Amino acid sequence: MEWKLSSDRPIWLQLKEELTRRIVTGQYPMGSRFPTVRELAAEAGVNPNTMQRALSELEKDGLVESNRTAGRLVTSDARQIEEVRGQLAAQLMEEFCRGMERLGYTAAQAQQKLKEENPYE
Amino acid sequence: MNELVHLSGVTKSYDRQAALLDVNLDLQPGRIVGLLGPNGAGKTTLIKLLNGLLQPDAGVVEIDGTAPGVYTKSIVSYLPDRTYLAEWMKVGQVLDLFQDFYADFDRARAEAMCENLHIAPNMSIKTMSKGTLEKMQLVLVMSRQAKLYLLDEPIAGVDPAARDYIMDTILSNYNPEGTVLISTHLIADVERVLDEAVFLQEGRIVLYDTVDNIREREGISVDELFRAMFRMI
Repeated sequence: MEWKLSSDRPIWLQLKEELTRRIVTGQYPMGSRFPTVRELAAEAGVNPNTMQRALSELEKDGLVESNRTAGRLVTSDARQIEEVRGQLAAQLMEEFCRGMERLGYTAAQAQQKLKEENPYE
Repeated sequence: MNELVHLSGVTKSYDRQAALLDVNLDLQPGRIVGLLGPNGAGKTTLIKLLNGLLQPDAGVVEIDGTAPGVYTKSIVSYLPDRTYLAEWMKVGQVLDLFQDFYADFDRARAEAMCENLHIAPNMSIKTMSKGTLEKMQLVLVMSRQAKLYLLDEPIAGVDPAARDYIMDTILSNYNPEGTVLISTHLIADVERVLDEAVFLQEGRIVLYDTVDNIREREGISVDELFRAMFRMI
């Protein structure tokens, strides 16, 4: 189950984050038909109005386009998707840095550790 | 007035014990609303005022601009907090009864849902387990294309898997132009399907807001807020 909703933040925001993740990772391919509000609400087990709000926010971000005849489509604008992907990456790195700071590592030490331990291995 | 439900200055007492005190509430169409409060807060009383089973001592109760009566009963689908189906009836007879009573009853939908639940038309009410009976009653209520669904404790007394089934059934079957009012004290199980939450405490509305506004403002879930507000000292 990918729809893990935590209790401390608004539900629409968490829905939007999950949908954004699905778009930037290509699970919903560029230019493809986006699932309907009802389909997504049923899948996530949430209120359709809440899902609707998440979709409106995706439209504002330019990730989803509303089309009068074809319903909603994932944007075909690769640059837009890449930009949002970059923002998500920046967030992750920020979280990593804050976490290392709390553990008492300076920026230089943290970078050194990342190189040494190379978690990609 | 576009409110589907309009309550103003509603007061109701049993003997001299006040159950509801000066309750004001307007609900818009197309929402799923949780009516939340501890036992004895007045949830069932409020629902019974809306469906006309009780009359207020003071104040105004209106549904779709009309006082509870013949018209409102045709647009309100009510799930009571206890069983009301006669034990001797079989499923098919219950469906006949609903078809006779309610013009908006979608029999094909009810039959399809029964089949999903492995409830056969010749099964008798008497032999149903508590969980099956609860689901059966919900099927009846959600098979109507109503403007207002009043669900009094639809998930009390059933196991968590049955709760999920019940919440999914509500989500996938309610009339999107209608409003669903769900009374419960099991908030964690219903929170993600709610638009709005009404908190009742000792007969008064102490909070009415959207679930996401509450989470945004408080930084905790509605369930956690409820536990904090009603913690016994």
